Amino acid sequence: MKLLFKSLPWLCLALFVTEMVMVLKPKADGEMRVAEFGRLPALLNGRVQPLDSVAHNSLLQMRSTGDVPLEFVTNKFGRLEAHPGWKFWHHPKKLRSSEWLLEVCFKPEVADTRYAFLIHHPDLISELKLGDKGVEKSGLRYYTYNDIEPLVTEIFTQAGTASQVESAKQTPYQKQVIKLANGINIYQRLKNSIEPSGTTNFVQLLADYQDALPTGVAALRAQQTGGETDKAALDQFMAIARSFEKAANESYPRLVPPLNPEKDREAWSNVGASLLGSIRDQQIQPAVSFYARIADAYAKGDSAEFNSAIAGYKNWLAKDFSKEAGKGRAEYYYNRVKMFLHATIIYIFAFVLAGGALLTFGSWPVASESFRRSAFYLIALACVVHTAGLIFRMALEGRPPVTNLYSSAIFIGWGTCVLGLILERFFKVGLGSAMAGLSGFVTLLIAHNLALGGDTMEMMRAVLDTNFWLATHVVVVTLGYSATFVAGVLAMGYVILGVFTPVLKARKDFDLSKALTKMVYAIVCFATLFSFVGTVLGGIWADQSWGRFWGWDPKENGALLIVIWNALILHARWGGLVRERGLMNLAIFGNVITAWSWFGTNMLGIGLHSYGFMDAAFKWLMLFFAMNVTLIGLGCLPLNIWKSFQSNDPAPPAAPKSADRESTPEPASV
Amino acid sequence: MLTRLYNFFSSVKLAVVLLALGLILVFWGTIAQVKLGLYQAQNDFFRSWFIYWQPQGSGMRIPIFPGSYLVGGLLLINLFAAHLRYYRKGWKYVGIALLHIGVVLMLVGQFATDMLSVESYMKIREGAASNYSESNGRWELAIVDTTDEKDDKVVAIPAGMLVDGKTIEHPELPFKVRVQTYHLNSLLAAQQTGGLEPVDAENMTGTRVWWRGLPKETRMNYRDIPSVLVELTELNGTAKKFLLSGHLARPQTLKAGARDIVMELRPERYYKPFYLHLVDFRFDRYPGTEIPKNFSSRVRVVRPESGEDREVTIRMNEPLRYEGKTFFQSSYDEADEKGTVLQVVDNPSWLTPYFACILVGVGMSWQFLVHLIGFASKRKTATASA
Repeated sequence: MKLLFKSLPWLCLALFVTEMVMVLKPKADGEMRVAEFGRLPALLNGRVQPLDSVAHNSLLQMRSTGDVPLEFVTNKFGRLEAHPGWKFWHHPKKLRSSEWLLEVCFKPEVADTRYAFLIHHPDLISELKLGDKGVEKSGLRYYTYNDIEPLVTEIFTQAGTASQVESAKQTPYQKQVIKLANGINIYQRLKNSIEPSGTTNFVQLLADYQDALPTGVAALRAQQTGGETDKAALDQFMAIARSFEKAANESYPRLVPPLNPEKDREAWSNVGASLLGSIRDQQIQPAVSFYARIADAYAKGDSAEFNSAIAGYKNWLAKDFSKEAGKGRAEYYYNRVKMFLHATIIYIFAFVLAGGALLTFGSWPVASESFRRSAFYLIALACVVHTAGLIFRMALEGRPPVTNLYSSAIFIGWGTCVLGLILERFFKVGLGSAMAGLSGFVTLLIAHNLALGGDTMEMMRAVLDTNFWLATHVVVVTLGYSATFVAGVLAMGYVILGVFTPVLKARKDFDLSKALTKMVYAIVCFATLFSFVGTVLGGIWADQSWGRFWGWDPKENGALLIVIWNALILHARWGGLVRERGLMNLAIFGNVITAWSWFGTNMLGIGLHSYGFMDAAFKWLMLFFAMNVTLIGLGCLPLNIWKSFQSNDPAPPAAPKSADRESTPEPASV
Repeated sequence: MLTRLYNFFSSVKLAVVLLALGLILVFWGTIAQVKLGLYQAQNDFFRSWFIYWQPQGSGMRIPIFPGSYLVGGLLLINLFAAHLRYYRKGWKYVGIALLHIGVVLMLVGQFATDMLSVESYMKIREGAASNYSESNGRWELAIVDTTDEKDDKVVAIPAGMLVDGKTIEHPELPFKVRVQTYHLNSLLAAQQTGGLEPVDAENMTGTRVWWRGLPKETRMNYRDIPSVLVELTELNGTAKKFLLSGHLARPQTLKAGARDIVMELRPERYYKPFYLHLVDFRFDRYPGTEIPKNFSSRVRVVRPESGEDREVTIRMNEPLRYEGKTFFQSSYDEADEKGTVLQVVDNPSWLTPYFACILVGVGMSWQFLVHLIGFASKRKTATASA
């Protein structure tokens, strides 16, 4: 038994380290090198990214998941249904994003049968008479393009009407129809992105085009100048050129690197536009020729040719575009390893272990220490994985850690994890690990949900395009948010453990309630410093960009509220207005204020900082508020109801003033 | 009695109460922006001594909550009094003193900004120059005597003086100006629709115009456009009515006796002793998107009296600071992207937050480090003795 407790921490660590090694190890590609295709660089939304990201983010916008399930079961109503998600041991077959993109581009008739569109508004489903079609998963309904195609005109008309309504005033139905139209639009454009939709033999088409170019151009010139025109040559040439023009207007990512990279590295063009440009240059760009080979090989299922075309293109890229190709590879790897997902899993395990450590704290010290140590090691591992993901992301973006709401969630989680490790180092009871595990898990879950909207590495709008202020103001203020949450979560722990368990006062040699008080107090100090400096730096940034230090903008006010609240907690403590329990209740309310500043202010839908209205998040925010208020209510219960304070001593938190004042600095000690 | 007052004002309890009031105020003021708009909410909550409640249909304004000036002012008093009372010598207490001086500087600095800073806009087209900026919310009725080609004589009547029925006289003016109707926000139309009244004015005989007043604008990015109907009575007794409006693109020209007059209802102007000449405006976007990457204006600063003439670039986050004023890239001509709009800010106390931030940052770090060191050494002795 003793040996088991001794080795448990190392076993846990070894288990998860092994898992991480397996995840990080390069994976073998299939016979057809689909992953290699996914690594190829393209330009979309103003940045170079791998085709896999293009596919992944398109899928997110269409169906809110990064890949497409292929296996379904027939449920008791005789309808198709996806495998339920809670059966995590069951891995139904699915189409990964890159493979899906290949189908959309080169086997559109197959892609049209994939359940790629999510419609979750019941009114829209019945309006479009789609009730008896599609598949269901967890109450959400997915449809194929074939299901939707006859309704495209109607959907676009409805979306057109809906988008005339100011976005803050749109109903969920209107938002849904706009989102659906947007998804259909992306899908249709993807089909035109590599070869003009409907092409069967792209290599042959390019050869014909190349042949027709000289005579076609000559005929075109002749027609314009009124000379003798070769009608047949012109018609043949124009037929091809028109299909390219359509592709040029309706494509999505830009795949063709610029001809003169030394002049402008960002001047990528789409395949159609590049082919039209060939009229001027009299030559077809190598990238287009390589993509044509890839297209035909995939459609025919010729793996050897597919792989050789990709290898050839990679070689060609290596000359002038090694940076872009490298970015494609790196981001593909980043997408695949999903570091934050694995950090999330480790956090939840660590939280369970740390919870175990706390619950056995008084009754079974040997087990408690073993669990505590296991949790601590896992938090340390999670922190390494989390940090690695954070740094990887920063390197890909070339930006400081926080650039949008999504990355703020990642960074707040990171901050709580680091603070948790530090606390655990000082107070070896499992509280720091439990807090870090819970906060890390929840913030990464929030981040995961925020990422469902699409690309999370979008370019920074003009005002925000400054690494200096992003690195100072945003980082510091976000750490302030982190710290306030840490104090709040610790205080929640105090109330829950105090009311429902005897552990706060379970051991004579270690007073858990005193330790928690010290922790919360120290963290509130830290939070005050960071939120104040961060907020003022934000004001200074505003002064630098539009000459107004303070504009009473909702987001600014939100940050100010956190500063005021933290200052209030400290003064209330120093003034002797609150003691242990009061401090805890105030700290819990800090959760409410911070959550409101972080998300609530964005929901006002006004001001310079608004990220758009997030309906779903609103519900969760209210739930979070209710939970915190309930805990404060519990925290106000008379002490003789608290399990921790029942048995031995009825009074500790309301201890005589002098005892409590020991830890209170100026001016109360005067 | 005095001691009790002193004890009250220097107590930490008061600080907590004031912080709590501040918290409610900021929260309330933020929520109120949804209904009132940013500008109105700022005035009601953050640039006021009290927040008033006006019962429907009555003219009474009942103060129901302290405004930000009152809370801030009391906090200042509280800070000073508390420091007098609790001040201790020694390096341990330097942090507390520093950080509170920083907070004082911040409060005073922001109050000064509210009182003293002036914001205005300068619009320049490419190739053109300007030596004045325009107010965003304040209007004036400008009457310019252009008889002497070299020297315009300007009489500017602030919009605040335009009260229905009031007559305005000025020695420089060849006529009396009687304000018939003034709308601080208005709608003009070329045809009659619901609620609009016809305008009976000298300058509107060719093109018939209808108008009506509108309530004050509260939405972001919208502003009040005033209109006024004035009656000008010359010395010889002839009276003519003119419609002047922020909606009208061209100023009104007229003859008063032998004098040439140009009349216009326009945003208040602030003239500068130098010109800004716009060389080039650029709006850069990320490739393949409409996402703005940067806005920038290449301008020449020309100062005739000193012969200064140099080029500078004003872009996002990089304003031009010149003559105590700061010029920020604010907007642009959306029609053709060939004109810039600079925000001009004249704020004598703009540096206070910078110093305040340093003081508070250093003070707090100091204070918390002192605690941390104390805590760590106590722990060490505790573990050593255990």
